[in-house]
Amino acid sequence: MNNDLVINLNVNGDSRSLLVGANRTLLEALRGDLRLTGTKHGCDAGDCGSCTVTIDGEPVLSCITLAAEANGCEIGTIEGVATTGKPSQLQRSFDDNVASQCGYCTPGFIIALDALFKHEPDAPENRIREILGSNICRCTGYTKIIDAALEAQSVMLGGDSEG
Amino acid sequence: MKDSCLGRGGRKIDGMERITGRAVFTADMTRPGMLHAAFLRSPHPHARVISIDTSQAMKIEGVKSIITGEHLPINFGVIPVAQDEHALATDKVRFVGDEVAAVAAISRSIAIEATRAIEVKYEVLEPVYSIEDALNPEKPILHEGRRKASNVLRRVFQKYGDIDAGMEEADLIIDEDYFYPGSTHVPLETQTALAEWDENGKLTLHSSTQVPHYLHKALARVLQVRTQDVRVIKPAVGAGYGGKSDPFSHEFCAAELSRRTGRPVMFILDREEVFYTHRGRHPAKMSLKMGFKNNGEITGVDFKVVSPGGAYASFGVVTSYYFGVFMTLPYKLENYRFEAKRLYTNHPPCGPKRGHGAIQPRFALEMHIDKAACQLGLDPAEMRRKNGVEPNTETCNGLRITSVAIDECIEEAVKASGYNEKYGKLPLGKGIGIAGSAYMCGALHGIYQNEMPQSAVQLLVDRSGRVAIYSGTSDIGQGSNHMLAAVVAERLGIEPTDCHVLEADTALTPVDLGSYSSRVTFMAGNAALSAVNQVRERIVSAAATKLECEPSDIILSNGEVFNGVSPDRKLEFKEAVVLAESAGGTVSVVGHYKPPPIGSRFRRQSVGPSPSYSFTAQVAAVTVDCETGIVIVDKIWCAHDCGKAINPTIVEGQIEGSVYMGVGEAFLEDHTFHTSGHAKGLHFGPSILEYKIPTIHDTPEIEAIIIESNDPEGPFGAKEAGEGPQMATVPAIANAIYDAVGVWMNEAPFTPDKVLRALKNKARADKRNAKIGGAE
Repeated sequence: MNNDLVINLNVNGDSRSLLVGANRTLLEALRGDLRLTGTKHGCDAGDCGSCTVTIDGEPVLSCITLAAEANGCEIGTIEGVATTGKPSQLQRSFDDNVASQCGYCTPGFIIALDALFKHEPDAPENRIREILGSNICRCTGYTKIIDAALEAQSVMLGGDSEG
Repeated sequence: MKDSCLGRGGRKIDGMERITGRAVFTADMTRPGMLHAAFLRSPHPHARVISIDTSQAMKIEGVKSIITGEHLPINFGVIPVAQDEHALATDKVRFVGDEVAAVAAISRSIAIEATRAIEVKYEVLEPVYSIEDALNPEKPILHEGRRKASNVLRRVFQKYGDIDAGMEEADLIIDEDYFYPGSTHVPLETQTALAEWDENGKLTLHSSTQVPHYLHKALARVLQVRTQDVRVIKPAVGAGYGGKSDPFSHEFCAAELSRRTGRPVMFILDREEVFYTHRGRHPAKMSLKMGFKNNGEITGVDFKVVSPGGAYASFGVVTSYYFGVFMTLPYKLENYRFEAKRLYTNHPPCGPKRGHGAIQPRFALEMHIDKAACQLGLDPAEMRRKNGVEPNTETCNGLRITSVAIDECIEEAVKASGYNEKYGKLPLGKGIGIAGSAYMCGALHGIYQNEMPQSAVQLLVDRSGRVAIYSGTSDIGQGSNHMLAAVVAERLGIEPTDCHVLEADTALTPVDLGSYSSRVTFMAGNAALSAVNQVRERIVSAAATKLECEPSDIILSNGEVFNGVSPDRKLEFKEAVVLAESAGGTVSVVGHYKPPPIGSRFRRQSVGPSPSYSFTAQVAAVTVDCETGIVIVDKIWCAHDCGKAINPTIVEGQIEGSVYMGVGEAFLEDHTFHTSGHAKGLHFGPSILEYKIPTIHDTPEIEAIIIESNDPEGPFGAKEAGEGPQMATVPAIANAIYDAVGVWMNEAPFTPDKVLRALKNKARADKRNAKIGGAE
């Protein structure tokens, strides 16, 4: 029995058609079929947040989302954040604060924070923390991640950059 | 005038590639015709393998090769004296999850399907789980054919000074038992290897390893090929914390499957497999007897530890020594007796996890000190400070101590936290606690005995002004690439970003023994310094001729080379390199580091001594809910003597990450297994959902305080920061819990049920005491 489906995705602004198995996850489609390997595989169970991407601007865990569910949607991955070759303010703040050690969780954090700041540019710290409860970092103790997020937010809101 | 990059915080030279998703981890690679692999693992904790039939599995379309123990019969193990592992079971399986067969197929799902079609007949044996069973000669032996039939992998017994006299001298003796649980690393990147044999019979293995050199040696041994035909490359690694320090079955199997199929083989462990692969913290049952004088002086330490360490040795022999060696720091001690037993049990093997072997005893010792302070009416912080070891001394077990800032660490942690204003003075349920610690900066001796350097760095500087740094070091997120670039840039007066680091490729880079034992900054940093000093000499000499001054007057700074006497006479760095290259040929040098020949009075003390030691003091503030038993850590202040912070932001990150990992071990993490019923031998929760590691909501505010003792032998005075800062976290929290509610938590993790039980016991004892008091 053939369960393959044709799906159409717009990934980081590029329209793509893919033939995928019905049980293929969005993470597998992105990493395997489209070779967008910046999105990471950490647990395959929706527990760690390393695979976070956006579907139509909303963060989702791509390891527990079927590729077919994203048919017709706009997908945002880490590769789409610095499109013109220029890192985003959030990425620069992550870099300046060394908020990324091994970096395996980092794409997930960037995507989650980007999505938050898009909807709630002035989200207070406790709201930022609430959102980041879905992403696990085993290296930093989260301290520098919060520092980076607050610094980036302050710059984006037009305040002073402390960095 | 000089803009130094030493001590400058901020971004790493290679940080952005990980932030943009550009960094390539092993699982991100692909090769034409690449196959995927999967394991068949043992469902039994202890069994003899009678037969394996792969014929049905081989018939599945897409399956290319299946291997079993007979195809990889050579034993291995990271420690030469304990090579008790096989890539696939040859005679027995010793834990649920032990590897039995490996399949390569055109997809991972077909490979997994094929593992299910392999038929294995087992003769099930009685498993050995507990310390008591492992020490019982009537119980089955896990590893037969060892010199002495027993489940004791290693017993260590050491005696320094006169322990009996020490106890005799004591005004107060405290003798109590402690238990520290096992825990596992949970690196977010699961272990992965990509193996490729080329047409010349040479193997290239990309792997998520923190020890490419040891893996290189082990691959050649097990695969029976020449070491010069094996190339190990460590790409970006999604952290290790010690969990990627062994050579692993999947690495050998990927290689063997690639050899048999002639195709590249990718072997990605899934999350559940990582929990069973383990090599994490050894559980430790400890008995600690300490003598104290009324003034708080320690008169003796008598320490016993036994650890059910799992089915294979891994680093267990070394762990047995590490359990004891750092107990003589950071407080003065003359009389010390130590006994450790590391046992074989039918669990996934334990190994090295951040703070290897020293975390567990530190928990016991630091709680003992607070207990003594309480009974003697002394201030715990002051008692520690008064007893701190002095610089340039030797401990009773022969450790050569050079730079020490334990005193300053305690002072700064106390000051920042307001410990003096809070200890013993907070309302019921609020508490503050302190603990101190020390750790090594690399082991004096490598894992196998040899007279060669522990680390070498090659520099290639050419007319483009480019500085290439070739090093066998393994950056697994801790920032060692940046450290190398900063050390080199500092001596050449250029920016770290002007350097290009090529690391961890055994075909191209000189040997470094790996990212373990907190050795990289000290050892590879010194190797880089030795190399760059030679480069600098050549550049200075060529520039001095051109700028007509003495070489000693030459200054390298801000990308320029100056005549220090008349600074308007100067060259661009690149121009100076051209002069050096013209004068003496290509500017390429190798520097290396070999620890100094530090003798020990004690012949057997070869595991533990380090060229230097880091020191830490930590204060934890907690809130204990007496109704629920839930403990919240309000804040942790961690003052760490790292010698010199080459990049303070990276050092802070290491301190914060260490404390974070300690908080997980204090409250959440317990790597335990079912010991009965049909789930016997299964992990209690082999997923990130079930095995709780702290999220951002579980992590307290952490204040990292950097203390610099400027080590006389460290590169620019640097020591280590990656492991030492975890030592004191758990005991500081335990001591804070006592300050809050008056119960000693001798067993971690401090879960609500344990805290409630302790509170109930205390209430009962208080009531009884009140009654007795009343009757008198």
